[in-house]
Amino acid sequence: MANVKRSPWLLHYDGSSCNGCDIEVLACTTPVYDVERFGVVNTGDPFHADIFLITGGINSQNKEVVEQIYSQMPSPKVVVAVGTCACTGGVFKECYNILGGVDTVIPVDIYVPGCAARPESIIDGVVKAVALFQEKADAMDSKK
Amino acid sequence: MTTKIIFIVAYLILAPFIGGLLDGIDRKISARMQGRKGPSVFQPFFDVAKLFNKEVLLVNKAQAFLVLSYLGFIMFTGALLYSGADLLLCFFTLTTAALFLVLASCSTSSPFSSIGSQRELLQMMAYEPMVILTAIGFYYATGSFKASNIVAGNMSAIVYLPGIFVGFVFILTIKMRKSPFDLSASHHPHQEIVKGITTELSGGLLAITDIAEWYENVFLLSIVGMFLINTSVVSIVAAVAVVIVVYFLEILIDNTSARMRWDKVLKLAWSVTIIAGGINLVVLQVLKSLI
Amino acid sequence: MNLNLIAFLILFPFVVAVIQKFVKNNKIRGGVTYIGAAAIILTVAAIAATWITKQESIELLVNTEIIDKVIICGEVFLVCLITYLSFKYKKYPVCLLSIVQTAMVIWVDVAGPELEEGAHLLIDRMSLIMMVIVGVIGSLICVYAVGYLAGYHEHHKEVEDRRPYFFMLLFVFLGAMFGLVLSKNLLWMDFFWEITSVCSFLLIGYTRTEEAVNNSFRALWMNLLGGLGFATAIVYTAVTAGTVDLGDLVAMASTGSIALLPIALLAFAALTKSAQMPFSSWLLGAMVAPTPSSALLHSATMVKAGVYLLIRLAPAMTGNQVGLMISTIGGFTFFAASMLAIAQSDGKKVLAYSTISNLGLITACAGIGTSETVWAAVFLIIFHAVSKSMLFQGVGSIENSLHSRDVEDMGGLLRSLPKLAWIMIIGICGMYLAPFGMLISKWAAISAFIDSGNVLMIIFLIFGSATTVFYWSKWLTKLVSLKKVEPVKNVTQKNQMFSLYIHACAMICLCFVFPLLSAQYVLPMIEGMYGAAAPVISDGNLYTMAILLVAIVVFPAVMYLFTRNMTDEYTQSYLAGVNTGDGSKFVDSFGGEKDLVVSNWYMDGIFGEKKLTVPCTIISAVIIVVMLCVIMGGAF
Repeated sequence: MANVKRSPWLLHYDGSSCNGCDIEVLACTTPVYDVERFGVVNTGDPFHADIFLITGGINSQNKEVVEQIYSQMPSPKVVVAVGTCACTGGVFKECYNILGGVDTVIPVDIYVPGCAARPESIIDGVVKAVALFQEKADAMDSKK
Repeated sequence: MTTKIIFIVAYLILAPFIGGLLDGIDRKISARMQGRKGPSVFQPFFDVAKLFNKEVLLVNKAQAFLVLSYLGFIMFTGALLYSGADLLLCFFTLTTAALFLVLASCSTSSPFSSIGSQRELLQMMAYEPMVILTAIGFYYATGSFKASNIVAGNMSAIVYLPGIFVGFVFILTIKMRKSPFDLSASHHPHQEIVKGITTELSGGLLAITDIAEWYENVFLLSIVGMFLINTSVVSIVAAVAVVIVVYFLEILIDNTSARMRWDKVLKLAWSVTIIAGGINLVVLQVLKSLI
Repeated sequence: MNLNLIAFLILFPFVVAVIQKFVKNNKIRGGVTYIGAAAIILTVAAIAATWITKQESIELLVNTEIIDKVIICGEVFLVCLITYLSFKYKKYPVCLLSIVQTAMVIWVDVAGPELEEGAHLLIDRMSLIMMVIVGVIGSLICVYAVGYLAGYHEHHKEVEDRRPYFFMLLFVFLGAMFGLVLSKNLLWMDFFWEITSVCSFLLIGYTRTEEAVNNSFRALWMNLLGGLGFATAIVYTAVTAGTVDLGDLVAMASTGSIALLPIALLAFAALTKSAQMPFSSWLLGAMVAPTPSSALLHSATMVKAGVYLLIRLAPAMTGNQVGLMISTIGGFTFFAASMLAIAQSDGKKVLAYSTISNLGLITACAGIGTSETVWAAVFLIIFHAVSKSMLFQGVGSIENSLHSRDVEDMGGLLRSLPKLAWIMIIGICGMYLAPFGMLISKWAAISAFIDSGNVLMIIFLIFGSATTVFYWSKWLTKLVSLKKVEPVKNVTQKNQMFSLYIHACAMICLCFVFPLLSAQYVLPMIEGMYGAAAPVISDGNLYTMAILLVAIVVFPAVMYLFTRNMTDEYTQSYLAGVNTGDGSKFVDSFGGEKDLVVSNWYMDGIFGEKKLTVPCTIISAVIIVVMLCVIMGGAF
């Protein structure tokens, strides 16, 4: 069994967020929280990413973008919705252009609520995502 | 002949471990410089192991074999050096190897990897003169291009080649993709044009470029060591020490400088080549004609 | 037996040329060209074969009064032609250059000092190499031209179809080129030299557009200026030494019994012919001509006449001021032209600059004039002739099919025109990549320059190699980018592909027979010139190169087979998630679709013609003028 959980690489996508959650996500990489000690790397490239971190809801314009980026991530992959908007659409839910949470377009594995989600809870979500990432990798391994 | 084979085999087996470990140490030291705890020093190996367990997404058929050829030629280059072959030949092979990565990246015709590959070519143009000049400098100092003869002198080559040593360490920053010269592809703490030349590489192929880079770094640091090594044992110790110092210096530069514009990189690299390398060469030539 | 063959080789192309002039039917013209080309190749092969069995230099034709008269008539004819054309196009000063130098040469011939009797033709290893290059590559290019011009006139309706004239000139040129490389007598050489200049001039003006006419006259006056130098050198040698034999002149100059001035003047003529800076602009202008003439005259053969002469002069240039002038100009041109090539996107212009640059390297090698550099120069000539001729023909065919020769339009060529793309890839790799021929020669040049202790040359060479890597790789990246493209109709004819395939095979074979060719042929030749010769690149390294050569073909191929079925799924390239369709378009900020265009770097602000041409021309002109003054000061 391959040990993949020591190297989860993130891809952070900002949907129609108010940027509150984005700042918190970035805060995780600062020296105070230092997610790199778990091997987490914030990459900007879906081809390299394992965990898809989305903040903000999905609108009609970024729907296809999210779908395409998701399709460009090699399996195994995990999707984390960070913040209330990403989970459900949040306060923007009733806007004319908002379709809803991230799960309206791609399957979401972990929901991290909060407005804005605190770095601690984001890290907690990522840790859960890492465990799931390992699970999926093992499942893929045994399928071979 | 047997020693040659031992050297080659040792390089092929050990280089990725040494290179990977150096990469891990780099990440640890960088983290400490930024006031973070940082990952384990074995993190690069975890990364590569994970990448091999991921699916390989391809944009076209050519990518895979081009990237594999890149690794193959890098290994060939290092093996040539450790077999004591001609230094110029090693450097020419290295250029050929680098080209395979460029081709792999631009075959996708994605804008990010295309800019990455154009920048990579620019970087090649920036460091190539100094690389060849290094080989020429060794020839001036030891009378031979052959790596086996260069390390078998009575005096360390650096005595004759201080300028060229400085120049080589300078372009090492470009070759190792360290800030301020990480134009074509950057390492984890930095991001530039997504991931530049490696943007479209996923899973195992990305892992292979990492391993190739480890091989290449060990090759380059070996060249740094060659400036010191002579017949005495002390020189080998000194070489290891100098390699460590140079590597630390690269990490320090990486963490203390902002990325430069491409034209600055070109002009700076060429100026350093002319000033440090050229003057060194002229002095050597004058000394040669005097003696 | 030999004399007959040689005479046939020089005269037969002229006969074919006359026939070509009167053939109006395209099919028959093709036939005549094929037969002519085949006959030339067979003759060259026969001469080479007879030479191999004997292995010694042959000198021919001591008594040549009648032929001398014919040559004088020929020269007068050339003067009349140039004068007529210069008046027709109102470029009066050009005819003066021609009249003066021809008058000088005729004076030496008719009323000049008593000259030593001597052979007029010489077949030795060097002329044999040139003969094979001109014969084989030249003939293949003629074959290629048959198909090319058919496509060319299909595509350029505005250009008057003057194919009989074009083919006549090609064959006249081949005859003149054989004459040039086989002549030992400077008067004869000068005559053939002038013919090649005029052929080049007429071919550049083929389309008769204003640009073509202007460029052709630029080529003419620059070459005539060189011719003037040539003629002056002849007069000087005839008056002071009483000989017009090239071998004698070089021998005398090497021992110091004659001043360096004639050597300098001949070398000057060679610089103009080989389009070295500051005379490089004529070669760039020559790119308006149809591609076969660019391949034949302006890269593979005629411009090689200049460096051929320099190699002949090399022993007389070792370590003196002439050598310094020539090597500095050559090295400078190598570096400057390769920088200028970076900012070009017109395929033929890149090739032109690269030709100038490589000729610069050969010139520098000849100028240093040691046995090692001459060795490198000879191999550079061979490899450059083959791969550059192939590249020119490749670009020509691509242009006919694609209606563009811009490098930027060659993206996805591996999909739309795979055969031609592979030809281009082989040609480009051959120009600069380890372990192909050009790189081995460049490598030898580096080693030789170090031994000669010329630091400036080393600097030129290392920077020049770096810029060379950039512009070729850049082109290569365009060729291999596998983007989806519209299908293109390939109009390349069989005769064109025939020539291209033979070139490709020749190039690959040359890389393999390289060590043999060096040991068996070139080294003895250098030994003949310098008395001793050591291999420049050790056998061990050549074997490593051979391994690398196999590796570079086999390794990617094996890897391809290995990874062929790696995945069934292909995804689109990353474009921030806004790719649409098959990935060739993306959604812009207005929500509309835009074509995705990926372009190479040209860095016009640093390497552009506007930025570099004038300073480079001035620097090189100053070098030439100063050095010539110094040399002249030494002569009087």
